[in-house]
Amino acid sequence: MQKIGVFVCWCGSNIAGTVDVEAVSEAMKSVPGVVYSANYQYMCSAAGQKLIADAIHEHHLDGIVVASCSPRMHENTFRKTAEAAGLNPYMVEIANIREQCSWIHKDKEEGTAKAIVLARTAVAKLLHNKPLQAGTSAVTKRALVIGGGIAGIQTALDVADAGYEVDIVEQRPTIGGRMAQLDKTFPTLDCSACILTPKMVEASQNEKINIISYAKVEKVDGFVGNFKATIRKKARFVDETKCTGCSLCMSKCPSKKGKDEFNMEMNNRPAIYIPFAQAIPNVAVIDPEQCLKLKTGKCGLCEKVCTAGAINYKQQDELIEREYGAIVVATGFKPIDPSPLNEYGYADNADVITSLELERLMNAAGPTKGTLLRPSDLQHPHEIVFIQCVGSRCDENTKRGKPYCSKICCMYTAKHAMLIRDKYPDTKVHVFYIDVRTPGKNFDEFYRRAVEQYGVDYIKGMVGKVAKEGDKLMVRGSDLINNQQVEIAADLVVLATAIEPDPTARSIGTMLTASMDTNDFFTEAHAKLRPVESPTAGIFLSGVAQGPKDVPETVAQASAAAAKVIGLLAKDHLVTNPCVAYSNELLCNGCSQCEKVCPYGAITYIEKEVRGPGVREVRRIAQVNPAVCQGCGACTVTCPSGAMDLKGFANKQIMAEVDAICL
Amino acid sequence: MARIKQRAIELLSDGTVMRVIGWEKGEGNCDWSPALFENAAEMENFVYGDYAGANLSKYCLKFNRQEGKTLVVLKPCDTLSFRQLLHEHRIDREKFYVIGAGCKGMKDEKGGLLKCSACKGKEFEVYDEIIDDEEAQKTTALMDRMAGVIELEKMTAQERFDFWRGELSRCIRCNACRNVCPACSCIKCVFDNPASGVQSKAPVTDFEENMFHIIRAYHVAGRCTDCGECSRVCPQNIPLHLLNRKFIKDMNELYGDYQAGVGENERTPLTSYTKEDAEPGIVYERGNA
Ligand SMILES: Cc1cc2nc3c(=O)[nH]c(=O)nc-3n(C[C@H](O)[C@H](O)[C@H](O)COP(=O)(O)OP(=O)(O)OC[C@H]3O[C@@H](n4cnc5c(N)ncnc54)[C@H](O)[C@@H]3O)c2cc1C
Ligand code: SF4
Ligand code: SF4
Ligand code: SF4
Ligand code: SF4
Repeated sequence: MQKIGVFVCWCGSNIAGTVDVEAVSEAMKSVPGVVYSANYQYMCSAAGQKLIADAIHEHHLDGIVVASCSPRMHENTFRKTAEAAGLNPYMVEIANIREQCSWIHKDKEEGTAKAIVLARTAVAKLLHNKPLQAGTSAVTKRALVIGGGIAGIQTALDVADAGYEVDIVEQRPTIGGRMAQLDKTFPTLDCSACILTPKMVEASQNEKINIISYAKVEKVDGFVGNFKATIRKKARFVDETKCTGCSLCMSKCPSKKGKDEFNMEMNNRPAIYIPFAQAIPNVAVIDPEQCLKLKTGKCGLCEKVCTAGAINYKQQDELIEREYGAIVVATGFKPIDPSPLNEYGYADNADVITSLELERLMNAAGPTKGTLLRPSDLQHPHEIVFIQCVGSRCDENTKRGKPYCSKICCMYTAKHAMLIRDKYPDTKVHVFYIDVRTPGKNFDEFYRRAVEQYGVDYIKGMVGKVAKEGDKLMVRGSDLINNQQVEIAADLVVLATAIEPDPTARSIGTMLTASMDTNDFFTEAHAKLRPVESPTAGIFLSGVAQGPKDVPETVAQASAAAAKVIGLLAKDHLVTNPCVAYSNELLCNGCSQCEKVCPYGAITYIEKEVRGPGVREVRRIAQVNPAVCQGCGACTVTCPSGAMDLKGFANKQIMAEVDAICL
Repeated sequence: MARIKQRAIELLSDGTVMRVIGWEKGEGNCDWSPALFENAAEMENFVYGDYAGANLSKYCLKFNRQEGKTLVVLKPCDTLSFRQLLHEHRIDREKFYVIGAGCKGMKDEKGGLLKCSACKGKEFEVYDEIIDDEEAQKTTALMDRMAGVIELEKMTAQERFDFWRGELSRCIRCNACRNVCPACSCIKCVFDNPASGVQSKAPVTDFEENMFHIIRAYHVAGRCTDCGECSRVCPQNIPLHLLNRKFIKDMNELYGDYQAGVGENERTPLTSYTKEDAEPGIVYERGNA
């Protein structure tokens, strides 16, 4: 018979407030197998741990149950305590009587009864535990960063600075992300390109950083420390090693109907193009949808003018397979399409634009060379209305937009209003807002400057309708402070549209088995304590992919993610989880059902002579690679014959737990 | 029948196959059972016709690792079970010579078989050659396969529970349903394995038979071709097919139409993951509907 000790924690009043801890430890004394039971104010404290260690020695315990908080908090603590006292760390079970009991019950009697059941259940499981030995696996000392916006660039720079190799995979022909499209940046109003492009150059010049642009990650196998990614580098029909970025081809290309994505499709670009002057890599790319040579076989002008001989119409997609120790998701965002929100008339009026379009209209490299002209007639707008929270902070039930606050819009709208008032003092600027949210260093001062110094007219209220009348846009809304309806005849209307994760985010999340929230932002392992890690080991989060944020916050988080990556890559070996699956070859049918459900590809098959009582034959048998198995248990429940089992969470253990609860 | 018999003898004689799985007459006229024939002389007892209801695909398991090829005679619906066993890597295609036998619906002493009234068609999923002695017409199903399930779905939860408790209370645990089932092909069934914890658990309460059937239904979900053998062989006339068809109907509704044992795709709806999959909450939602 095993000797089990039970240790009931009060967690101050967190548990003791709703659970009679004395009664729980008393009740445990009569549970078969339990030879010692105690309770203490803080089991995780040094004194609490000593109490456990002493009991292990004194009562020769061969397993312990700690009835305390979630195993996510202190399972490791108590495993270490047990190990130091000479027990196998896997002979420790946690009964979660805090998150799953005291915190969700008000009635002490109920709470106590449930805590007793939970502790008894843990004992029942522990009676079937077996000592387990953790193994180790090597770490590939290279990181993969998915997304080359400011987040991905910063993470890569920091990781490379620590001496590790980093690959940045960017889906567009150039790195830079959204920040490259911005004109000036709040709160300091410095030129976006002036602060971003040095970082882009730094990344391209860093020996440790390898930029794989115009590419996407197609497949990821493996696990923390040992990921294997398949990257598809799309054909750009230009040899990257030869192109000098002279852009001669662009001026000669006769096909000029491509939409300029960099300028939010407000002007056209040739079929062969470099997205913007400071693009990295500074290499042209041919848009196969627009290229006459690729579509009809006739043309080939760019090939003729290219002195570097870089054009290659036969270039194929290239598949790259590489191994990585860590993966950083930095896939960023896109503004939503406001067309479905009819009241703003975005789809019907050229002069209703989004804030990102405005950034381009104000930028010297934009479609109007930096002079603010409205799209319909290229005239100076004299009255401009900004509308905030377009598609943000919506009632989830109405399905008209995002439930969350996009966080950056208040600040960039104040920025836009101020810049316009500064450059074109004859222009009237109105801003419709629900709330102005400007926490952050120097942020509120920034907004107040817009109101007080630049005379921007802030109107608290929502816009009900934007309608074209003559060459004006009639904006009707409510002014909640003066309690009246207002109507403004505007020349230009700017929508501060909500931002949403890049459309590819969901597929990346699925590929990495990294969890996401309902809005497709990646979720962190712990909202407060592990904000840059995904719950999936080895996956880290950087930038807006995790949630809306501005550049300073993005950069801070990017560096934090880098620190975590460096911490991982600095290790030569990782301790592997010994709670992995294994198959009993005498029971295995070789039916492949487990292999089909294994999300990590840990199961393979061999033909093997099986020997057992009365059995000696060659069979097809499932085999689990313990280095790849994550112990998720999907295979064990799929296996009909019970051949597949999981160490530490054996079918028997689970059954014993269910019995302990039900009987 | 004559042509199948003659062809089988030919293949036995020229050494293409080493044995034949077929049917022979039993005690009564209508009582034909699966049988093994290893030479031309034994083939004298081979029969095929109205009473060859038994699905022979499961017997292939026995001969997969034996020397030489085995000839197996399969009706259209039996070939689905055969294909499913191929998908599960339980048998190797090259070890079998499949004669697809035309079928116009099978009978027993009481008349047409229940499973044939919901005939799944006359297409052969797998075959080496087809011999259509019976000149089977393209008969259509006599009833909607899911009609019985729909009736059950209309009941309240309590009525349904009572219905199944009533039906399953007659079960004598003869294991015939499991033993005949081509999906229930485990080398060691959990119910025969004292170490599984399931076997010892089942008999302790009056819920035993229910447990047995619920576990079995879950094990075959997604793999059951609805061959109807379980209901056919049950000496207690328990409508086991309704349990399996309920799973099939649910899967069709949640994951799109699916017939186990058809096509090249080895993945069943329950062993493949797609982004469009129903979230687990659907079970709760439907339960409340
Ligand atoms: C109108 C507007 C004005 C703004 N003004 C300011 C300002 O003044 N000051 C400020 O601090 N912030 C401002 N911001 C916010 C700023 O743009 C963001 O904080 C910043 O761009 C976030 O960087 P990121 O790298 O996380 O995302 P992104 O800039 O979106 O970069 C993500 C990158 O990942 C790539 N990518 C996405 N998916 C994949 C994939 N599957 N595979 C490969 N690559 C992929 C994308 O192509 C992109 O290059 C503004 C935003 C908007 C919309
Ligand atoms: S527990 Fe099974 S399904 Fe899960 S990772 Fe391990 S082998 Fe794969
Ligand atoms: S599901 Fe079970 S029986 Fe089938 S291959 Fe896997 S371990 Fe073997
Ligand atoms: S009941 Fe389950 S374990 Fe038993 S044979 Fe059928 S599928 Fe296999
Ligand atoms: S064949 Fe009928 S009686 Fe026999 S075990 Fe199956 S359901 Fe029970």
